Amino acid sequence: MAEIELNGVTKAYPNGVVALQKVDLKVADREFLVVVGPSGCGKSTLLRLIAGLETLSGGHVLIGGRDVTRLEPAQRDIAMVFQNYALYPHMNVYNNMAYGLRNRKTPKPEIDRRVRETACILGLETMLERKPRQLSGGQRQRVAMGRAIVRSPAAFLFDEPLSNLDAKLRVQMRGEIKRLQRRLGTTGVYVTHDQAEAMTMGDQLAVLRDGRIEQKGSPLEIYRRPATAFVGGFIGSPAMNFLDGRIEEGGRKLRVAEMFSIVLPGAGLPEQEGRNLTVGIRPEHFKINGNAASVELPVELVEPLGGQTLIEVLFGKKIVTVSLDGAIAIKSGDRIPLSVDPAQLHLFSLENEVRLDCIAA
Amino acid sequence: MVEHRPWLTFIAHAVLIFGAFILAFPLWVAFVASTQSAVSFNQIPMSLLPGGHFIENYSAVLTRGVASAGAVPVVTMLMNSLIMAMMIAVGKIAISLLSAYAIVYFRFPFRKTIFWLIFITLMLPVEVRILPTYGVVASLGMLNSYAGLSIPLIASATATFLFRQYFLTVPEELLEAARLDGAGPWRFFRDILIPLSRTNIAALFVILFIYGWNQYLWPLLVTTDPNYYTIVMGIQRMVTVADATPQWQLVMATVILALLPPVIVVVGMQRLFIRGLVEIEK
Ligand SMILES: Nc1ncnc2c1ncn2[C@@H]1O[C@H](COP(=O)(O)OP(=O)(O)O)[C@@H](O)[C@H]1O
Ligand SMILES: [Mg+2]
Repeated sequence: MAEIELNGVTKAYPNGVVALQKVDLKVADREFLVVVGPSGCGKSTLLRLIAGLETLSGGHVLIGGRDVTRLEPAQRDIAMVFQNYALYPHMNVYNNMAYGLRNRKTPKPEIDRRVRETACILGLETMLERKPRQLSGGQRQRVAMGRAIVRSPAAFLFDEPLSNLDAKLRVQMRGEIKRLQRRLGTTGVYVTHDQAEAMTMGDQLAVLRDGRIEQKGSPLEIYRRPATAFVGGFIGSPAMNFLDGRIEEGGRKLRVAEMFSIVLPGAGLPEQEGRNLTVGIRPEHFKINGNAASVELPVELVEPLGGQTLIEVLFGKKIVTVSLDGAIAIKSGDRIPLSVDPAQLHLFSLENEVRLDCIAA
Repeated sequence: MVEHRPWLTFIAHAVLIFGAFILAFPLWVAFVASTQSAVSFNQIPMSLLPGGHFIENYSAVLTRGVASAGAVPVVTMLMNSLIMAMMIAVGKIAISLLSAYAIVYFRFPFRKTIFWLIFITLMLPVEVRILPTYGVVASLGMLNSYAGLSIPLIASATATFLFRQYFLTVPEELLEAARLDGAGPWRFFRDILIPLSRTNIAALFVILFIYGWNQYLWPLLVTTDPNYYTIVMGIQRMVTVADATPQWQLVMATVILALLPPVIVVVGMQRLFIRGLVEIEK
């Protein structure tokens, strides 16, 4: 049990790629932090630096208050679950789990007790004699988890552990990992490019982009108040729609895509008067037949999902996705009146994509 | 593709039987010849059924040897060949495993250069460097010894290269998982890399054992003491006797005996091979 702290961590690979730049991050004891970002943003690098598999170009890594920056992976007391599981192909399930304990000179009866206990937690009791190739993807995944759990390390690191599973299993394992981490109370860092995993699994969420932490907070905080347009677009599914906007009438009104105007909440954005900005609207925040300030828009495509209906409408020249509850009798070619609650608009500066908040009245 | 056409099956079997016959017939003739007496051997045509001198001929070569060829018992020569072939095969595998491990997993100065140096020696077979090698072995006093017979043949660029290629296909995460599991370089090598390479090792062992067993020129050069004669050069000495006709029935008995160890190795290792091929990771 331990907290993990990264101070000004920088990683430049020998080929000149700067994978991480001055990353500060703190994972509290027993917390489950999910780091999410597009492929190539430096997620694996971050985990490998915590694990000690790569050397830092700058900064410090602390685990449980101890500076481990110069320590070997084995001395850091952490366990990692790899994307491709990295099970030892020639060892059976039992030995895959026992190997780390043997190398640490754990007494034999103790090894046996712990391996069987872990197998029991993961439902692997009947598979201890099997080789990895005789297991299904989900079972291999469990063995990889078991190999991490059996050592009762100070922290777990997960590098996209579910991305090789099919969709249904992924949802199931996602819940299972989360429950397991809760039950064991071990600090965890979980890396993924899947925003659904990010939203559902983390106590805390950090969004990584090009080697920098763009925002950190609870999943709902990030969903409600994305700090940048990038975060807004990355978190939430279907993705946030972005439209051009302009502030008018002393900051009180927002003109969207030259098509309609919305009165901003509170005192609006007086400093932005007359300036263009980016307007972010989540698909689920559109209302059909809402208040008087609605616009009629032509429907391009309807995707009924049963509990939800996705509608693509033509907003000026842009396609905008609208998500409505329930099955709705609309077909392409129809025109529908849409409106948005001004409190659910996200406004971002055009220059640096940073969030702009309306001033309270 | 599975085809069910009787005539195709028939042709396939005919071809296979013909091939097997071409391979097996000379062996049969050699075996038959080794059971004849000196007189019946020279009858033309020689009988194609085994004669009655099996025990006599084989016990003669095994225990007493052929007088005109130095009278070294075949048992001694078989033993020498076995020791030499084993030392070469095991030595080659051990050294190439270690050097491939170093080249693939460790960063050290001139790593690339060293790899290319090893690679270039692939182009230099024993025969090309045989004289300088002889000079070195002679001045080290290793003539007429097992060390002299095997050590100069142990360095192997081919095996090093094969193991390197195999190690490069082992996923890097396996090394990382082992490091997190507290395995140092030696443990990773012993517990993970070697077990994973075992089918490669088995295949190479067969090839290298036969390579060592069949060495001819080198043992001929470095041994003058009959106690270190190997079987392959021994056969040659039996044939090129100076002032007598070779005793072919004894030569043939020796040939048959010389054939047995490589056959045993191939047959014994075949199981490991096939199991390895079936078990291979997708
Ligand atoms: N060993 C390496 N050598 C050089 N560049 C690397 C290495 N590993 C990763 N990179 C680069 O660093 C960046 C981040 O990679 P990575 O951490 O693997 O991203 P992610 O896991 O988020 O997809 C990428 O641009 C990648 O090309
Ligand atoms: Mg990655």
